[in-house]
Amino acid sequence: MSGSRERLYARPLDLKRGRIDMGHGAGGRAMAQLVEELFVAAFDNESLRRMDDQAAFAVPGGRMVLATDSHVVTPLFFPGGDIGSLSVHGTINDVAMAGARPLHLAASFILEEGLPLAELARIVASMARAAREAGVAIVTGDTKVVERGKGDGVFITTTGVGLVPPGVEISGERAHPGDAILVSGALGEHGVAIMSLRENLEFETAIRSDSAALHDLVAAMLAAVPGIHVLRDPTRGGLATTLNEIARQARVGMRIVERSIPVKPEVAAACELLGLDPLYVANEGKLVAFCAPADAPRLLAAMRAHPLGRDAAWIGEVVEDHQRFVQMETSFGGARVVDWLAGEQLPRIC
Amino acid sequence: MKYVDEFRDGDIARVLAAKIADAADRARRYAFMEFCGGHTHAIARYGLTDLLPRNVVMVHGPGCPVCVLPIGRIDNAIELALERGVTLCTYADTLRVPASRGTSLMKAKSSGADVRMVYSAADALRIAADHPEREVVFFAIGFETTTPMSALVVQQADRLGLANFSVFCNHVLTPAAIANILESPQLRKIGPVPLDGFVGPAHVSCVIGSAPYEYFAAEYAKPVVIAGFEPLDVLQAVLMLVRQVNAGRHEVENEYTRAVSREGNLTAQARIAEVFGLRRSFEWRGLGEVPYSALRINERYARFDAERRYGIVYRPVADNPACECGAILRGAKRPAECRLFASTCTPESPLGSCMVSSEGACAAHYGYGRWRDGARQAA
Repeated sequence: MSGSRERLYARPLDLKRGRIDMGHGAGGRAMAQLVEELFVAAFDNESLRRMDDQAAFAVPGGRMVLATDSHVVTPLFFPGGDIGSLSVHGTINDVAMAGARPLHLAASFILEEGLPLAELARIVASMARAAREAGVAIVTGDTKVVERGKGDGVFITTTGVGLVPPGVEISGERAHPGDAILVSGALGEHGVAIMSLRENLEFETAIRSDSAALHDLVAAMLAAVPGIHVLRDPTRGGLATTLNEIARQARVGMRIVERSIPVKPEVAAACELLGLDPLYVANEGKLVAFCAPADAPRLLAAMRAHPLGRDAAWIGEVVEDHQRFVQMETSFGGARVVDWLAGEQLPRIC
Repeated sequence: MKYVDEFRDGDIARVLAAKIADAADRARRYAFMEFCGGHTHAIARYGLTDLLPRNVVMVHGPGCPVCVLPIGRIDNAIELALERGVTLCTYADTLRVPASRGTSLMKAKSSGADVRMVYSAADALRIAADHPEREVVFFAIGFETTTPMSALVVQQADRLGLANFSVFCNHVLTPAAIANILESPQLRKIGPVPLDGFVGPAHVSCVIGSAPYEYFAAEYAKPVVIAGFEPLDVLQAVLMLVRQVNAGRHEVENEYTRAVSREGNLTAQARIAEVFGLRRSFEWRGLGEVPYSALRINERYARFDAERRYGIVYRPVADNPACECGAILRGAKRPAECRLFASTCTPESPLGSCMVSSEGACAAHYGYGRWRDGARQAA
């Protein structure tokens, strides 16, 4: 907090025992105190300190991208992150998947009456840390409070703007037959980390969410291969869903090779127990890249040289297919379709 | 992954495939039914049909617990949750099964019913113990694999004196279904049953043992090889079946010796026998009424029987007349031979039971193998 501001509040927020009540959303003094002592204090930047309802900033030339993402996750805290860091990483990654350098974030909170302030403070601190580490400021925001039972603790929507470097033209439409398909690392960690907590399944090795901001990896990749065709982060629905989306968008098919797809043994084991397929499990710190086959070795090397791409792998290629199937050569040498997920992925009985 | 990867080794698979190709007589056709959805799933997921010679054909059986559950039973469960206001606990697969009038347990949940997904019957019991103010019903489905757990929770509820817990029992029996398929008039009509043998259940056999299959192996002169759910288990079982057929044998062989014995799990069997008794008849989706093919809760545990407690009345519901699930479940038709397959019937909006669970023959073919059908445009 800036020392120059006049103190309006008799007592500081009780971050140990306090809870969100309807007053924190009513637009009065309680709300102003929450905003100042919690959000502005944690995200601290010039724009927020001005206490306007919006952020104004200079616009550099070139193409900008705008992306928004809402975050609802149970539980709020999980190994490897929490809803706060996830909400920062998620939107930064959506911006970065256009090849853009993220500039600013906006954050909007829907808080449930009764949420302990201590939990909110932890989440906000984690957001602030994630934003600082990524070098992206949270420059404006909003807070609403809903009655108990009408929310799930806290929902966070973040919106990000970024700048696309000149010459970069990335879109799902640009997947061409012959393109190489690369992934930046092992799959399924976020989804399995969440699911094992949710189902009270504890494994010997704690599986941590891979939640991470990928814009720096993307910058390194673009430096090596400016002509990357497609970038996408396989979040909900996992790699399988992402590939099917791109296949439909670009009107192509794909052929991937099961044994080249990186999955950590503990994730494979957990999926086995839960009856899930790691190809459909969410990631929050991985990306899929498509590029011309001649560029692939250089791109793969650039990915592997970055800490977030150490386990990057070349998993397949784009093919012509009027039916837009994503086919996979199984580790057995047989072939199968990797289809869209039908509904929610549910564990099997037998 | 230890103890799993060993059974998914591609190199060994190719050796086994070569042995099968070598053993199979080129002058004849071999048709084997894998009874269990778990096998169907493994065959589709690992693309095993690509490894088999063209004259060795796998026919999918009815062993998918969700697929054979008749619509009327799901209707009963939805009524319990929506109209009687109970907390209904069930295995995840069951949630999406379409019931009458476009409903499902998942849709009932979204319109306010208290429907909970559980991983085990014990979770349902815990919910009942934690919420004495709620009536909790465990919607029990499945073959012999899941039956012992249902028996156990009934016994535990009895011991704990849990008055708010009951089980809606829909457990069905594997040997009765296999016999029914072999007796099927549909197959009789074609002449001799066009099946040369069975890949026998994995998990079911852990409970019931291999002995129960001996009767129909002898009676119907069909070899049975009990196999695990891993892809190498399936290939090994196919090789054993080919050898039996070639030698004119029809025995029960056990490929899954790491888990299955001849007598099975006697403790589990004793619990089942104490809690459950045979129903005179039970409707299977796709197969119709099958005599002595299902279990109900015994008199002794009647107070934990949801059917008695809530006076559940079963009303059969007809399947879509164009749906070929009945023929597909019996192995008489293949998914692609159904008019509805991948046109109006898809995993997103399944019409027939085989499309409902990922273990169902149609869903497995849709999800993993339908590009083989060539011209057919995907939905």
